Amino acid sequence: MNIQENFATLKNQGTLPLQDLPTMPYHEYFLVADHLLKQESHHCVNNYAYRTGTQIRLICCIADDLNHTIKVFSSLLDGTTPPRLAALSKTHYAMHIYEREISENFGIEFMYHPWPKPVRYAWNRADRTNIINNYPFYRIDGGELHEVGVGPIHAGVIEPGHFRFLCNGETVLHLEIQLGWQHRGIEALFLEKSKLLQRTILSESIAGDTALGHSLAFVSLMESLGDVSVSEQLELERTMALELERIAMHIGDLGNVNIGMAYQLASSVFGTLRTPVINYMQTWCGNRFGKGLNRVGGTHYPFTAELGGKLSDLLNKIEATLEPMADRLFSLPSFLMRAEGIGKVTEKQMRLIGAVGMAARVTGVRSDIRQSHPFSAYKKYTIDSQTLEQGDVWARMMIRNNEVRDSVRFVRDLSKRWEASAPATTPIPEQELTLTPNALCVSLVEGWRGEICHCAVTDDQGKVAHYKIKDPSFHNWLALALSLRDLEISDFPINNKSYNLSYCGFDL
Amino acid sequence: MTILPEIQILNRLGKQFIPDVTEPNVPGPFKGRPEISLERVDEEALASLCPTGAIGKAPVRIDMGKCVMCGECAFAFPNKVKFTADYKIATNVRERLIVKEGDSSPILLDESNVRAEIRSLFGRSLKLREISAAGSNADEAELNACGNPNFDMGRFGIEFLASPRHCDGIVITGPISENMAEATQICYDAVPSPKIIILVGSDAISGGIFAGSKALDRSFLEKYPIDLYVPGNPPHPLTFVNGVLELIRKRKA
Repeated sequence: MNIQENFATLKNQGTLPLQDLPTMPYHEYFLVADHLLKQESHHCVNNYAYRTGTQIRLICCIADDLNHTIKVFSSLLDGTTPPRLAALSKTHYAMHIYEREISENFGIEFMYHPWPKPVRYAWNRADRTNIINNYPFYRIDGGELHEVGVGPIHAGVIEPGHFRFLCNGETVLHLEIQLGWQHRGIEALFLEKSKLLQRTILSESIAGDTALGHSLAFVSLMESLGDVSVSEQLELERTMALELERIAMHIGDLGNVNIGMAYQLASSVFGTLRTPVINYMQTWCGNRFGKGLNRVGGTHYPFTAELGGKLSDLLNKIEATLEPMADRLFSLPSFLMRAEGIGKVTEKQMRLIGAVGMAARVTGVRSDIRQSHPFSAYKKYTIDSQTLEQGDVWARMMIRNNEVRDSVRFVRDLSKRWEASAPATTPIPEQELTLTPNALCVSLVEGWRGEICHCAVTDDQGKVAHYKIKDPSFHNWLALALSLRDLEISDFPINNKSYNLSYCGFDL
Repeated sequence: MTILPEIQILNRLGKQFIPDVTEPNVPGPFKGRPEISLERVDEEALASLCPTGAIGKAPVRIDMGKCVMCGECAFAFPNKVKFTADYKIATNVRERLIVKEGDSSPILLDESNVRAEIRSLFGRSLKLREISAAGSNADEAELNACGNPNFDMGRFGIEFLASPRHCDGIVITGPISENMAEATQICYDAVPSPKIIILVGSDAISGGIFAGSKALDRSFLEKYPIDLYVPGNPPHPLTFVNGVLELIRKRKA
């Protein structure tokens, strides 16, 4: 066999016995990754490391977006003296963040890495003497140049992060974003808290605004490892909930960008339109963010015909309210002046940095797990996936507007299919699960921000030996940094809100 | 005569505010204050269900400061535990968050524990600085909602401000990560005295599902008295608004 083809193949949310996972020396691991990443139809969904005894295992998961498969391969390194390795980032820039994370946590040096900086100052990092206050920012010198530091605490009621603007007069030359303030050690907690319910609740707290997206990635992964199948009806319900999360967050963000633009009417209309959507989630499962709904093997809150009726009213209300406001907004000259051409990023840039989800789709990159690696009800029913070309603030708002409309139609369609499906008794959630021992599972879900990836490895007792979480923001923060180039600092708020990336999803 | 599209939109929007924030019923299977019956159950089985160790035995009790509102106890022991829709569960005494079996009384503020200056200085205007110290953005989103056109706490003079220098206290969300510990202290120190501290959400009050994580540093909370605990995962905006209104004794806009 060709050395570059030495990988195992699995489907999204499929389980692979570890004995089938090819393990090779690092230079071969490098070659396989390099070979796959040269193809535009492939992108890396995870590349991470964990300790196993005295060794460090590297696992690389590269998705073949054309053939709907995930190619996985592995390498074992000596963990007692951290090795120096050749950086994939030198040629595949999108790998930069994975290699930075591995380097920070395990003390492995990646040679020729273009940007070898800390990622999040995790408590279990290799060098505890490196602290968050000593982050090595880029610096520039010169009489007309200056730096502006903002955060970690921001003016609004939002999560903490530090932004360092390097400016020439009014013009931003570069924005460096430094995160890690939110680090809660959540991956380690997935091992320390061993009850299934504890882990489910952790998954709902990875990013509270994506409780449904992350918990769906988690429960699907557990169901795969535990060999539990769920009914088509439950898959319809989970998918409707995931799309409602997208609708609520997109509408909320349309309102937030308008707050940044000081357009009160649109901020009020969109702001108040988010309320009935999240109140609907509360009517369904008792929580405005959908916490409690996704559970392994079943649910405590099955969908009902009564909920279906209320859903229909809600969807009608969304369409009736959104359309006139959006039509007015997107035809207002003052809005267009503020949004068009501002914070523009290109398709080439987004491919280079490995941006995912709507942040990539606004430049024409077709990044959508719902189509490339379908899960849950998307396996059977296809949702339209929007792309735009402009890559600016306008496009990041327009795509939200378009996606809300698509999601409304899709949810309406799914709820009709739910009504038509045979009435089934939804089982209550599993209390504990027996997991397949010595196995690897990769679970991809398209959350409202983009691609969510959870990976788990089990030991020979069937216990979870390692749990890896990746939020779309892991890639996309760099897109915001690129958007700010050549703008003014005053353009930052609308750009930041147009992306609305997750701090805690990144910091974990 | 043509009507401007803005006017049509405004007409459609109508009045959004909740006239009396102390009154509305919240929809659906909302989980507020629990009621625990005196029925005898396997207490060990009940307590071990809880993902955050919020359930105590003899007598059976639920610590709302630790509860993440998953409701698993109520599903497994429906005759023992019921979550009511009572969202007024904020209080100023930590022990009052512990609901015991057989006690269905509301969770109230301990008036004798409210500092006199809170009522005299903040009764008509309370400006707060929010510190997200590893909050998951659900608590933060609900605090933002408190100021939206529905809940509109601005009408009571309660507002979140950008600068701690202009504020009367801090609101903490999240379990307080080690990486945010210093920033939390600096922000608190920047608020002029007298000042209050409000903890929002089970993560802030007890660490919640993150309790015991080695990435946290909660030593800040050992140094100062806490003026208000607002439990929930995340707390409903009405829980926060009503809790603060009780604290400053402001009932009407």
